[in-house]
Amino acid sequence: MSETTLADLAHEVRSKNAGPFWVTMELFMRDADGYRIAADESFLNERVIAELYRVEESTVQMFRIPSLNVVKISFPRPISQGSLRDRDMHAGQHHVPLARMPIKRPAERDR
Amino acid sequence: MDSEPVKPVRVLSPSGMLGAGWDHATIERGIALGADVISIDAGSTDSGPYYLGSATPKTTAKAVARDLRSLLTAASSAGIPVIVGSCGTSGTDSGVDWVAGIAAEVMAQEGLDLKVARIYSEQNATGLKEHLDAGRIHPLPPLGQLRAETLESCTHIVGAMGHEPIVQALRAGAQVVLAGRATDTAVAAAYPLMKGMPAGPTWHAAKIVECGGQCTSNPRAGGVLATIDADGFTIEPLDPTVSCTPISVAAHMLYETANPFEMREPDGTLDVRDARYTAVDDRIVRVEGSRFHVADQYTIKLEGARITGYETMSFTAIRDPLILADIDAWADLMRTMIKRRVGQTLELSDGEYAFDLRLYGHNAVLDDLEPETGPPREVGVMLLVNAPDQATATAIAKVANPLMLHLPTPSMDYLPSLAFASSPAEVERGAAYEFVLNHVVDCADPTSLFRIEMGENADV
Repeated sequence: MSETTLADLAHEVRSKNAGPFWVTMELFMRDADGYRIAADESFLNERVIAELYRVEESTVQMFRIPSLNVVKISFPRPISQGSLRDRDMHAGQHHVPLARMPIKRPAERDR
Repeated sequence: MDSEPVKPVRVLSPSGMLGAGWDHATIERGIALGADVISIDAGSTDSGPYYLGSATPKTTAKAVARDLRSLLTAASSAGIPVIVGSCGTSGTDSGVDWVAGIAAEVMAQEGLDLKVARIYSEQNATGLKEHLDAGRIHPLPPLGQLRAETLESCTHIVGAMGHEPIVQALRAGAQVVLAGRATDTAVAAAYPLMKGMPAGPTWHAAKIVECGGQCTSNPRAGGVLATIDADGFTIEPLDPTVSCTPISVAAHMLYETANPFEMREPDGTLDVRDARYTAVDDRIVRVEGSRFHVADQYTIKLEGARITGYETMSFTAIRDPLILADIDAWADLMRTMIKRRVGQTLELSDGEYAFDLRLYGHNAVLDDLEPETGPPREVGVMLLVNAPDQATATAIAKVANPLMLHLPTPSMDYLPSLAFASSPAEVERGAAYEFVLNHVVDCADPTSLFRIEMGENADV
């Protein structure tokens, strides 16, 4: 079996422009257990996002919202919207590298 | 009078976009629920800089006419105003006139006599340069200080109005307000603010309803009704089979916003950190605790786009597994060969044009962020060329045509023939644009950058 990913524990993972110069992503985790994994700062933090998306760590903003089981991530769009090298006009497919991140959790818990 | 505080105000939001379409029964239902105003957004920057740069609407006239007919007939019977924001997608002056022309036609056909206000939000570089010189224009991250040349390079610049110009038009008796670029929220906030509703719940409700049914369990089933009062607001879907839940409503605050807790408007900042979302019943949600902090400085955000060049696109496809097994090397060779052939035949150096080679089916969308490595089954190859003029862009694409048809991988000793999707393979895309402004102007008067014209007559 392949590794469990953030997407496996989420109801929805999405990304979208937040205006022409920012991209924002949300992990809607299915439950509080999933949220605890996604919100764990030793697992998912600004540095990890910066490496995953090849952006400056200092520009990454993260918001953890336990009441919604949501982790939200925003950073400036590396490629400006609509430019020659922009292949995702609405930035609506850029959640995928985040969604397929293998999670870190104790080995005895499976499913 | 407007200052009477206690009577709640009901805002009907039919959809996130004029022209997206809805079931007219949802509008009738909103009216029956006591809607005091219908507000709808008609624009966005989300589809890219082309619409502002070229002042072209994204929507088609018949879809806008269909939706306006639904709204204007219902609002006219109910005697309530209709507010449309960011007309013509980008909110340019021609976008306002375009919607005004369609509205006039619909009203003539339906025998309606409604007082129309048009609010223009387009800015000229000369006027803005005075603000720039006076130190009144500031960058928003991630952009830096604005330079005068950047303003001059824009084909169109708009300012995103707050609620004030819309309120001014309503007070002047407008029954239909067709606004140029406005913040998505100002469109829904204007009427309740005019009626004395508190800013915190009003701006929060406006944010929640700005995409119509997006905050419900079924975003495709029509819009919502927000009821704003002195202490908060409730939100209810217009389709009786659809529900709002505390989660679906709270989650919408995340949508297309970089910061989920704060949102800057021209006159201050909405703060939803302490907002509480509770279920009134299984389909209606109550929200309390939203705050609004009035800013020391009133600001108007600018949007501007300029031409980056002219583009020509060519598209071919590969199915042969022998090529697909070595697709990255094939693409590298393609890039090298295009540059060489363009240099040989058109005598253009690398800096005089640009192109993007995209391998759809392989890594086109994520490019070097693509995590998967397996060989694709088939690949669509898009060549997008950008040059200072259309003829040059097309000439480059035509020079690349034999390569797009026959280029082998480095290890093949024969010429394959690839699958062009169309004849001719090249498609001229016209001017290409980029957004270059993400700046705010300090304004003493919220209406000074905008011009209000009463009367339905549009110069179209």
